[in-house]
Amino acid sequence: MLQNVQLEVRRGEIHALMGENGAGKSTLVKVLTGIHQRDNGVIKINGQEVIFSNPKQAEEKGIIVIHQELNIIPYLTVTQNMFLGKDLTYGKTGILNKKEMRNKTEQNLRRLGVKNIHPDDIAGDLSVGKQQMIEIARALATNAELIVMDEPTAALTDREIKSLFEVVDSLKEQGVSIIYISHRMEEIFEICDRITVLRDGQYIGTENIADTSFQAIVKMMVGRELGERFPERDTMIGDIVLEIENLEKTGLFKNIGFHVKEGEILGVAGLMGAGRTEIMETIFGFRKKDNGMIKMHGEPLSINHPSDAVKAGIGFISEDRKTKGLVIDTSIRKNIALTNLKTISNKGMITQSKEKKLVDELIQRLHIRTTGGEQEVKSLSGGNQQKVVIAKWLGIQPKVLILDEPTRGVDVGAKKEIYTIMNQLTKSGVAIIMISSELPEVLGVSDRIMVIHEGKISDVFKRSEADQEKIMTAATGGVKS
Amino acid sequence: MKQFVFHNLAKIGPLVGLIFIAIILGILSENFFTLSNILNLFRQVSVNALIAFGMTFVILTAGIDLSVGSILALGSALTAGLLTSGMDPVLAVVVGLLIGFVLGAVNGLIITKGKVAPFIATLATMTVYRGATLVYTDGRPITGLSDSFTFEMIGKGYVFGVPFPAVLMLLIFVLLFFLLHNTVFGRQVYAVGGNEEASTLSGIKADRVKIWVYSLTGMLSVLAGIIITSRLNSAQPTAGSMYELDAIAAVVIGGTSLAGGRGRIVGTLIGALIIGVIDNGLNLLNVSSFYQQIVKGGVILLAVLLDRKSK
Repeated sequence: MLQNVQLEVRRGEIHALMGENGAGKSTLVKVLTGIHQRDNGVIKINGQEVIFSNPKQAEEKGIIVIHQELNIIPYLTVTQNMFLGKDLTYGKTGILNKKEMRNKTEQNLRRLGVKNIHPDDIAGDLSVGKQQMIEIARALATNAELIVMDEPTAALTDREIKSLFEVVDSLKEQGVSIIYISHRMEEIFEICDRITVLRDGQYIGTENIADTSFQAIVKMMVGRELGERFPERDTMIGDIVLEIENLEKTGLFKNIGFHVKEGEILGVAGLMGAGRTEIMETIFGFRKKDNGMIKMHGEPLSINHPSDAVKAGIGFISEDRKTKGLVIDTSIRKNIALTNLKTISNKGMITQSKEKKLVDELIQRLHIRTTGGEQEVKSLSGGNQQKVVIAKWLGIQPKVLILDEPTRGVDVGAKKEIYTIMNQLTKSGVAIIMISSELPEVLGVSDRIMVIHEGKISDVFKRSEADQEKIMTAATGGVKS
Repeated sequence: MKQFVFHNLAKIGPLVGLIFIAIILGILSENFFTLSNILNLFRQVSVNALIAFGMTFVILTAGIDLSVGSILALGSALTAGLLTSGMDPVLAVVVGLLIGFVLGAVNGLIITKGKVAPFIATLATMTVYRGATLVYTDGRPITGLSDSFTFEMIGKGYVFGVPFPAVLMLLIFVLLFFLLHNTVFGRQVYAVGGNEEASTLSGIKADRVKIWVYSLTGMLSVLAGIIITSRLNSAQPTAGSMYELDAIAAVVIGGTSLAGGRGRIVGTLIGALIIGVIDNGLNLLNVSSFYQQIVKGGVILLAVLLDRKSK
């Protein structure tokens, strides 16, 4: 899985580790922390060779991994989470030294410069960003010298990302080294010192961030010029397809009115928690609306369940493909079939030949890299999983497709493929609504951009009028300038 | 390659287990592999198998139904009541099955519309349905049902020498196998159990699917009850108690995951046969019923442990 890989991290350095999904980043981290054993090669810490046979040993030497899925038990307090598995006791009595643990927790949180987390808070009540801080504090408590962060910003709001970066900077000053794994190029350029790129399990190179460029890194990752980051859009925009009037869900959003036209991509920007996903889930019938009207081609729709939306030709690609988009333990075929049961069946009986034909067609059309329709989706890369989710909806030939964070956790190459698929769809007249938290993506892909702030539409821009600053201002509730 | 072998071991594991146990019993008892014993065995298995088939659907949706034994009793008692009141036996059986369907649907409605966990919901209805049976029967068996050929056929009859309950069970197996693997409904059962949220967001009415599986299970439970009633020519108020455990055991031995979304009804048939073979074989060997329970529990544990290993 890995061959001839080298990686050198200096003290107090933030070192980016990049590569497409399946390039070997996770494997490298697993080898580094003793989850997997290496067949060959040497790992040295401070010049001394080490051999780890499990993560605990790596931890003792100061290597800690903070995974994308946080290791936090939601029902326990911050302190209890901090000392999970290494509780402090009075001697060997087995009686917990709660006071000491609480003090240490406070100390470590202070060391991170985190103020708004209390040691007695229940972890599950805190935001993801704060939970992540608990993990980082936990790493510090074990005197970590090297912290590996795997996609640390994937689930954070912009404000949380900012405070994470502050923490990362202060760690750096304290001499802690960080291996930073992320798909978000902007972040890498913002905080990292050097970058190492892997591709297909091979070492490609290490560069100083100051001496390299976005294009150069992408080329290292995919092994060829990718061209423009966002494909050209030259779609004919037609009539209004979907129109929303005065949509309201008490406590979540109100007064939501907008439309999307044939062949148009409407970008939906806003901070996390602004209510973007909730609005779309309500339109799709996954939540019950308290008020409002949904019209398709001018005709009012009655949507009480996602099945009504599907019937009307609306598709919805959720932001969380593993829990809301896919039946992860089953095959590509069965996942794609899920939205298309009507088309592939006759009087309730599934016609296997029709099913196979549909699935094969979609696999080909979307270039899903797989051994075939029977492969389980959990063994696919993030980008290919996302393509399976898209494939599910292409089968119903949707008039409107809602995509919620369509490129989250997807590598650069696959991102561009997804943009290209979106373009092809709009060319054939599909109206697309795309929620995205990545501003460059919103600006690069959309024809119009709607900004949501605290459950209300705060502004709508044409693509030509929008820039990052205007969108951020609208998203944070700032006054229009 | 290794993965391939393991993958298929998981599939044929229960069958290998069944053959293994049968061979041992065959060696220990010369009566085991006689035609009459095998036919007898299938008849004995049919009751648990029918309930377990329904349970398979329920468990595939990540649910559980503890009320099957009570539904069996209540459905049988009501059917028996109809028979003693002189209703046409065919009609009485149909009404009985419908009652089972409705009792199951009530489970489904409580679980989906009331958002009660299946374990709790069916634990409650298990008690309620059993109580209703005792009230209706006044705690006494209902006897003197019917001397109609049709009704006696269900539990005691033979088709070309094969006990009718066994034939019925196998027929229904084929039907349910088709339902599960070749229809939209079957696909939805797996999908809802595999990931309810993703299924709903794909436009599947998860609630409806669940109500159907509990209704189906209710109906199959009463069918099992009618077989017993016909065989005994009476309906017992305590019939079917603890049957849920054998049914769940058959499903689990058959390799269906209690977490839902994964499993096969073929496995359940084999699981039911394994339980039946153990009961039957130990009886032939004159092992006390006390020990039988220990052996049965051990086999369930072993089956699950082996299943874990092969994953």
